[in-house]
Amino acid sequence: MTLLEFVAQYWPRLLTGTANTVALFFLSAALGIAIALVMALMKLSSYRALRWTAISYIEIFRGTSLLVQLYWVFFVMPLFGFTIEKFTAGYLAVGMNIGAYGAELVRGAILSTPRGQWEAALAINMSPAKRMWRIILPQALVNMLPAWGNLLIELLKGTALVSLISVADLMFEAKQINGSTFLSAQAFGTALIIYYVLARFILTPFMRWAERAMARKIGKA
Amino acid sequence: MFDWRWDFVAEIMPRLLWATGNTLMAAGIGYVIALVLGLFLALGQRGSNRVLTTILREGIEFIRSTPLILQIFFVFYVGPQFGLVLSPWVAGMIAIGLHYSCYLSEVYRGGIESVPRGQWEAATALNMTRWQTYKQVIIPQSLPFALAGMGNYLVGIFKDTPMLSVIGVYELVHTANAIGSENYRFLEPYTLVGFIFLAISLPTAALVRLFEGRVRSKMGMN
Repeated sequence: MTLLEFVAQYWPRLLTGTANTVALFFLSAALGIAIALVMALMKLSSYRALRWTAISYIEIFRGTSLLVQLYWVFFVMPLFGFTIEKFTAGYLAVGMNIGAYGAELVRGAILSTPRGQWEAALAINMSPAKRMWRIILPQALVNMLPAWGNLLIELLKGTALVSLISVADLMFEAKQINGSTFLSAQAFGTALIIYYVLARFILTPFMRWAERAMARKIGKA
Repeated sequence: MFDWRWDFVAEIMPRLLWATGNTLMAAGIGYVIALVLGLFLALGQRGSNRVLTTILREGIEFIRSTPLILQIFFVFYVGPQFGLVLSPWVAGMIAIGLHYSCYLSEVYRGGIESVPRGQWEAATALNMTRWQTYKQVIIPQSLPFALAGMGNYLVGIFKDTPMLSVIGVYELVHTANAIGSENYRFLEPYTLVGFIFLAISLPTAALVRLFEGRVRSKMGMN
């Protein structure tokens, strides 16, 4: 069976799988970005308890495997009384993992904002929260966007792991089709190409565009 | 606490430690393949053959932007379709080694590109061949620039070895899965696996940073 015949026959399943992968991507990206922001601010806080919470979170999630975290959320959390549906467990684990990596990007970008910007905001009597939100974060965002582009590609790739807890994403569909037809090259090959198209021709150009748009907005380009 | 059973921990610990050995071996072999293959990929990209350069660039981009787990399945299942049966270990090492060699080639490329142009010119003036220049002048100087990335991917490959469990390599997660389904207890095996990963990756990351600082100060940087 050629690749074209294969796609003609199995496209509905591949399409549902891709839709689920995209949904997982957006949910875990939203969660990951929120966690990254909160953990970065906590790690920069002057309260020791907040700082140590953030450090432990970041080190635990960066020090272990995403797959171990996913299994832990899915198989161990129910023992503590939190039974989590597999789709939810999937994006929770991926989002929490990416959040830990993202926190370091956010922290680095905040710290690399020039000293003068902090002082100027202080001089015009801005509150610390307003200074962070209006002055520091927008500039930090421009600095860290390129690194986020790479991290979001890692996230997209990370979502493929949820197939191991039977979430019906693209990887899962490819595995199922392979299991029933033994057309491994076609099944896994098509899935590889779809992931590549998503990363290279949709996500990367979008991030490039976002980088330019943000840079223009703060008058850097 | 939470029905945690220490006697069960004692019972499964030997098996988990044995599996830790396999995990470390998988990470080690994969990393060596990636280190060597990555260098060829990096040097190949800098060659003068346009076609080869483009193919390598696009191929690296392809492998870097698709999931490793899918690549592992691809290598393991596609071989038999064409009559080439690979054992889980061989397929796993090919997949993970190839995947990380693409990342490492980018690290090397960055390192090589940060060596000043004048070094090339000086080597040409001394009538050194291209190979000699790489070996004696460029690569040693690019090493300090590349070390941070190389160290990160050492920890990275270690953390990605659990994906090999899907094709039946007896590493930590595969063993934890087996223990869990044999005893209907998942709390201890998965938690212990998490701790074992932390206990290895955190000190390794710290050692890498220490080593990097040593090399940089030895080379007279910072």
